[in-house]
Amino acid sequence: MELFTPDFGLVFWMFVAVVLMCVILGKFAWPYIIKSMGDRADLIDKGVLYAQEAKEQLDNAKSEADKFVLEAKKQQSEILREAARMKAQIIEEAKEAASLEAQKVMDAAKVAIEQERKEAELQFRNEVSSFAIQIAEKLLRDRMADKNAQSQLVEKLLDEIETKN
Amino acid sequence: MKRVLAILMLIVAMAAMPVAAYASGEEGELNPQEIIFEHLGDAYGWEVPFSHEHRIPLPIIVNDNSGSWHLFSSARVSGGESFTDDGVTYKIAASGDYEGKVVQVLADGSEYRPCDISITKDVCALFIASLLVLWMAFALVRFYKKKGMKAPRRGLGAAEMLVDFIYSGVLKDSLKEKAPKYAGYLLTVFFLIFFMNLLGLIVIFPGGANLTGNIAVTLVLAVCTFLITNIKGNKHYWKDIFWPDVPLWLKFPLPIMPLIEVFGMFTKPAALCIRLFANMMGGHMIVMVLTLLIFIFAKFGAAVLSATTLVSMAFSLFMLLLDVLISFIQAYVFTMLSTLFISLAVCGGEEEKKVGLTEN
Repeated sequence: MELFTPDFGLVFWMFVAVVLMCVILGKFAWPYIIKSMGDRADLIDKGVLYAQEAKEQLDNAKSEADKFVLEAKKQQSEILREAARMKAQIIEEAKEAASLEAQKVMDAAKVAIEQERKEAELQFRNEVSSFAIQIAEKLLRDRMADKNAQSQLVEKLLDEIETKN
Repeated sequence: MKRVLAILMLIVAMAAMPVAAYASGEEGELNPQEIIFEHLGDAYGWEVPFSHEHRIPLPIIVNDNSGSWHLFSSARVSGGESFTDDGVTYKIAASGDYEGKVVQVLADGSEYRPCDISITKDVCALFIASLLVLWMAFALVRFYKKKGMKAPRRGLGAAEMLVDFIYSGVLKDSLKEKAPKYAGYLLTVFFLIFFMNLLGLIVIFPGGANLTGNIAVTLVLAVCTFLITNIKGNKHYWKDIFWPDVPLWLKFPLPIMPLIEVFGMFTKPAALCIRLFANMMGGHMIVMVLTLLIFIFAKFGAAVLSATTLVSMAFSLFMLLLDVLISFIQAYVFTMLSTLFISLAVCGGEEEKKVGLTEN
């Protein structure tokens, strides 16, 4: 049976083909293909690792940012509270200072008013006395217009002096 | 609906075609065995698609009885003609021990079979398959050189997937760090067998040669595995053969186990050879028998003929599809077993050493 008896020609060529192909492919093709596939797998692994790390960092950054925000908020509220406190204090102080100043001004005004009043009183007295003198003068002039009255007055004054003495 | 209609039409046409041929009434003696073996065997020419008469001539290279080489076209000796080259007459033997082979006709009329390394149909198919494998591998290499770290798509992607499947799935698992050293042989063998199997399933010209169903081809592959296994075999491998870990009486004074082991050295590659050969030849043979059934049943009338045509075409289709699967499986199995044998020969003993170290 031809099918079961290997033909020399085919065995020969098959051997040549297999050996040649093993040498050519084993030297130039398979190692390069395997290396390329391995390199790519490594690259992909590295990429995945990198992405994971990046994600982790991002998550960390987020939580860190949250922490910062929280702290900032705390600080803000503290500052606000401090500001409110300071505002109240300043207002208080200002009020005190203002009332003190007002008191001073009022005191000064009181003193000035008193003085004014005294001066006015004095002036008024002087004026009143001068008026009284003028009135008295006029009266006197009126009463002493005739000689009788004058002499009577002198008489009378003289009498008075005499009686006194 | 249209598709179903088209399929129905096709079936009806298939059933009607042989009837038409039957009606034309060309009678001829049918010899199924001859046809089957002609298709399974080798030939000096290659049939032109769809014509059994015309053949593509292939070179015949022979070494005559005086030791000189002759090269001529197979067209010169086709059809039983004799051809005289430099005073040496050649013809294809019609009968006898060398039936179907080129023989030298000696002066006394006897036939002498010269050393024949002709590029026959099978050798030509082998070259085509080899070139396809080379083309595929170097296309991948070129892709990597050009595109760097990109992943190939489509055909190249499939080729890369196959390489990875064999290398990572089979070679690395058994050979570990020695995998790159033997990748050259094992990957080449896998792709060569795979391509040869698939080419064999294509009916017309670039395919159709029953290459892996030829024992010469599988024999060479098995011998290669045998040689690598025994040349690269380490101390542990040879110790396992000649002084295995069995009770003393099994190996001394009568070397029963060593004998069995030595026998096993040869049966392992022989099994490789026969498995691939039988699987591929069987697949081809079944498809052929199914096709021939149509012609055998032709005698029994038109209705039987139509029915047989439909049934055997359906079965042929199924078998051919199954053969595609078998093509892959057999290539895979051959590579896997070769890897296993090589790993047993070159990696044996290392694991035990490691186990021993961890135990200590």
